[in-house]
Amino acid sequence: MRGIISSAGYVPYRRLQRASIAQFFGSGGGKGARAVASYDEDTTTMGVEAARRALGALDDTGVDDRTTELDALWFSTTSPAYLDKTNAAAIHAALRQPARVGAYDFGGALRSGAGALRSALDGHGTTLVVLADQRGGLPTSSDESAGGDGAAALVVGPDGPGTPVVAELLGAASFSDEFVDRWRSPGDQRSKVWEERFGETRYVPLGAQAWQSALTSAGLEAAAVDRVAVTGMHARAVRSVGRALGVRPDALTDGWADAVGQTGAAHVGLVLASMIEQSEPGQVVAVVSLADGADVLVFRVTAARAAWSPADPVAGQVARGSDLSYAKFLTWRGAVTPEPPRRPEPARVSSSAAWRNESWKYAFVGSQDRTSLAVHLPPSRVSMRGGAVDDMEPVVRADTLATVATFTIDHLSFSLSPPIVFAVLDFDGGGRFPLELTDVEPDAVAIGDRVAMTFRRLSTADGIPDYFWKAKPVRTHERSGTATTTGGGR
Amino acid sequence: MASHGIKDQVAIVGMGCTRFAEHWDKSLDDLIIDAAQDTFASAGVAKDDIDAYWFGTAQSGMSGITLARPLQIQDKPVTRVENYCTTGSEALRGAAYAVASGAYDVAMALGAEKVKDSGYQGLNAFPIPGDGTARTLTAAAMFSMVAPAYAQKYGVDEDQLGEVLARISWKNHQNGARNPRAQFRKEVSTETICASPRVAGRLGVFDCAGVADGAAAAIVVRAEDALRYTDKPLYLKALSFAVGSGSGLIDPDYDYTWFPECAATAADAYRQAGITDPLHELAMAEVHDCFTPTELVLMEDLGFAERGTAWKEVLAGTYDRTGALPVNPDGGLKSFGHPVGASGLRMVFEAWLQLRGEAPPERQIETDRTVALTHNLGGYPGEMVSFVSVLGTQLG
Repeated sequence: MRGIISSAGYVPYRRLQRASIAQFFGSGGGKGARAVASYDEDTTTMGVEAARRALGALDDTGVDDRTTELDALWFSTTSPAYLDKTNAAAIHAALRQPARVGAYDFGGALRSGAGALRSALDGHGTTLVVLADQRGGLPTSSDESAGGDGAAALVVGPDGPGTPVVAELLGAASFSDEFVDRWRSPGDQRSKVWEERFGETRYVPLGAQAWQSALTSAGLEAAAVDRVAVTGMHARAVRSVGRALGVRPDALTDGWADAVGQTGAAHVGLVLASMIEQSEPGQVVAVVSLADGADVLVFRVTAARAAWSPADPVAGQVARGSDLSYAKFLTWRGAVTPEPPRRPEPARVSSSAAWRNESWKYAFVGSQDRTSLAVHLPPSRVSMRGGAVDDMEPVVRADTLATVATFTIDHLSFSLSPPIVFAVLDFDGGGRFPLELTDVEPDAVAIGDRVAMTFRRLSTADGIPDYFWKAKPVRTHERSGTATTTGGGR
Repeated sequence: MASHGIKDQVAIVGMGCTRFAEHWDKSLDDLIIDAAQDTFASAGVAKDDIDAYWFGTAQSGMSGITLARPLQIQDKPVTRVENYCTTGSEALRGAAYAVASGAYDVAMALGAEKVKDSGYQGLNAFPIPGDGTARTLTAAAMFSMVAPAYAQKYGVDEDQLGEVLARISWKNHQNGARNPRAQFRKEVSTETICASPRVAGRLGVFDCAGVADGAAAAIVVRAEDALRYTDKPLYLKALSFAVGSGSGLIDPDYDYTWFPECAATAADAYRQAGITDPLHELAMAEVHDCFTPTELVLMEDLGFAERGTAWKEVLAGTYDRTGALPVNPDGGLKSFGHPVGASGLRMVFEAWLQLRGEAPPERQIETDRTVALTHNLGGYPGEMVSFVSVLGTQLG
């Protein structure tokens, strides 16, 4: 029996109210809000955040994540930070995975997210499937308003004593067809779509065929399905296929279209993670993904679900979003370029220096002097207390909460979104480090605030993203150790 | 640990200093030549009389050739030094120890910086390849964290502390207005200071040092030779230098209300010079007022006030030009400007003028005290380098 051992979604903190688009342009927009990746996030960083939550939920079952041995880490997105170079490798580093874990990208097409998940479910060993996407389009386009940014991570593998599956795969089907409905040329920032009604005529029969095929392989009738979501970028087809599933009326969920938006290659994982979070043992959950065909996955939530507790449920992340002005949205997307601070832009990261310091830079691992117990961030060979040489243990601070000892707001330093809020942080369990804050309102920071670590992209120079950690306010802290934040804004 | 010092072994016998300004029309070479010529003239020597040079520049050039080429010094030892913003003091230190050792008879320390060719405001560090995790915060932001920490620790209302910081800026502008070599020669009201645009934290534009091009130099000889060059030499009473380990940044015990490196150099320098009551023994002090909270904290680190009381002394005018201990009578970094490699020597230049009674009458300090202090720091709270010198007109 194979299935999902743990899962999580990641919804970035910022929301664009769709109405704000029409307020600016007089057209476009719509109802609800979409999730927006921060200026310092990309698909790799969002993937890390989702993966930390999926693995963090395993930690909380009392099972050390070191025993959740992964065989592979797969990453899928339509908007990768790098081409040629594997983006999954940075996620692998941020998660402190051992070298023997293969890291691969499934890139390019929207369908690659569903494909990665299906392949992991059909395959063998334990695979962490990470899906992330940033979706947008030209100002006032429906892609701009209906799209969303987000990520999902699913630990897929065999049912085992230390790692029971919380959702057992009952059946699956994938149907493919070649038709040009939505396309984008390499390098283009926008997608183009054929007349909607044509695509709908293709997706509706493909969806129905895949649905029936998957139910048959699961040995279930549609009425047995407790929760199902249809996802895809083609909104009309999503609605039509949903109506034709034949499930109980209360079983069809909206898939976060109004509150998050369609997160492209990540969406199938995001809605699946969300449905598992909302389900009880014994329930049947299914997802239908429409992208150049149809993929259907049908699961039964297992008894192990009762002992598994999500690190940071999607619904909670959706609820604690904070609105972003349309002007900031356009700026962060590169659609407009405001005057930057007149300071030099950051230099290119040294590849060799970054590699030497991989555990510090990507995983926020410092060192602790065995004698004085002084924590050194970054790791140090010589102790600041007592001067012991080469007598330190690695100490992970990525999942540790910290308290703001003092802070400042820098109006001069270069930033993609000035001003920079910078704080001196004292970590629980020892260690101090001055670090930038993010997902924060500068006026609301105070000495004594609690913050959690988050993996971000500081800048990009010469095409190399500079990944490192920042801290963000703990809005309502659910549990220590998972570095997650829940609840409403301050 | 020994730090013996070289009290009364070395004397400054000539000094020069350019105006500090946005010298769009002057190159680094021009600044070096102008400062060097003034200094040769001040000591009554020619270039060929100098046996060795210590040249300080933080990032305007590399190697001794940056000095040797414009001055056309042939086959003499020229040592280029860099130690953040204490670069100029470091040049003096090298030259002084060289003559004290007997290796040379006459040495020159020259500091110069051309900062205004970068196209950016403020100072910008030379980029060293790294892993991308280094802080990119401005110095203003790093030092801005001192103000709220000080206010909280000593129970000073933040608005009242704002008045204290404005008073420091006001005083340094008062002094700079009386200094023809200063970058900013205008008195500024505390209202204007408080209303200036924020740069970082609570710090506004008028809380920050001026950024200028400039050069300054000194010629040193062994004390016993000093009177051959001038009737009024300045004897080096103390030179102290300390480099922090940088652990303040990662040590939860550091509270941003003092600079341990500065306190250490002050204690060492007072011991070398035999000073026990600096507030009442020093004729004046030049201190590293890169930002107004820095000067405030330094008053305590340098022993001019008890911990937690300097803010009251500032408001009482203790450090005004006519106060108990004039601090930064030349306008300080605030109004004189801060060409990194030159600033340490510029501070000594003010002591040179004041102790010899050669400052312009409108800012000459009336005192019978004969020793002065310069304090120069580089880096940031938590990772700092610090220098203190004590200079005097009398031996013994």
